[in-house]
Amino acid sequence: MAGEAAAKFKVGDQVRIRVGVPPTHFRTPEYVQGKQGKIDTLWGAFPNPESLAYGGDGLPAQPLYQVEFAQTDLWHDYKGSASDKLLIDIYEHWLETI
Amino acid sequence: MVENGHHDGHGHGDNAEYYSLRAAAMQALLIEKGVCTLDDILTMADKIDSRSPKDGAKILAHAWVDPEYKKRLLADAESAFLELGYDLPETSPKITVVENTDEVHNMAVCTLCSCFPRAIIGRPPAWYKELAYRSKVVVDPRGVLQEFGTAIDEAVQVRVIDSSADYRYLVLPMRPAGTDGMSEEQLAELITQESMIGVGLALAPENVRAS
Repeated sequence: MAGEAAAKFKVGDQVRIRVGVPPTHFRTPEYVQGKQGKIDTLWGAFPNPESLAYGGDGLPAQPLYQVEFAQTDLWHDYKGSASDKLLIDIYEHWLETI
Repeated sequence: MVENGHHDGHGHGDNAEYYSLRAAAMQALLIEKGVCTLDDILTMADKIDSRSPKDGAKILAHAWVDPEYKKRLLADAESAFLELGYDLPETSPKITVVENTDEVHNMAVCTLCSCFPRAIIGRPPAWYKELAYRSKVVVDPRGVLQEFGTAIDEAVQVRVIDSSADYRYLVLPMRPAGTDGMSEEQLAELITQESMIGVGLALAPENVRAS
């Protein structure tokens, strides 16, 4: 795909979700912002919704990853099992190297 | 802008009229601005309305009886859907299938809105779109399972999947015990909408109402 960035992260990499509230439509919920997780899947590159939502072309397409978090890392008072996970799809420009 | 009238500004949860007016206004604007045509909108709406949980159940029951098909479904859901005659419209988000086993239990949510594998199982149930489910399931999934009357052992890993971007998730529930002699058609009746979201399990055969 034209204008597609090469994926910067690979499966298994530890990443932190960037903190931010850009003045646009963004798909990174606040409950994962600032949290540390692990790349579970690379889905490929998709147009950036922050541009698409305002009539832009969404390019360059952003690599999209499924990131896995331990629930106990998201919520300090998590009630379930220590092995429980939360998975969420995050575009690369929201991921920071640790 | 639609007049808020006598409403108190705390959302419009019960106001179907408000939402249909808003949808009509958005539709008119999309067409006027050339974003899409009326035909595009009607085609997509027809497609979604032509699909229901029965379609998902048919696909997943096939995966229960055909291990090779199941492998293909888990590896590349959209090609496997096509094998059974289910195509996705070009405008549909990607769909993938996740398998529940005796070690992991997957549950799907869209915390930001109401993303759902509509192109295969139609519209989501009302509770799926409500803030109560969307906010609680990520924080306390086992509490939500309990509310749905779904027992998941503490030793099983619960995996909540937030469909925040371009993929939608369809859960392949575990095949219940005591279903060995059942036909694919009978098996499909065990697969409920709740079990394909992951808040429920597939029904035990004795719990299917005779029709």
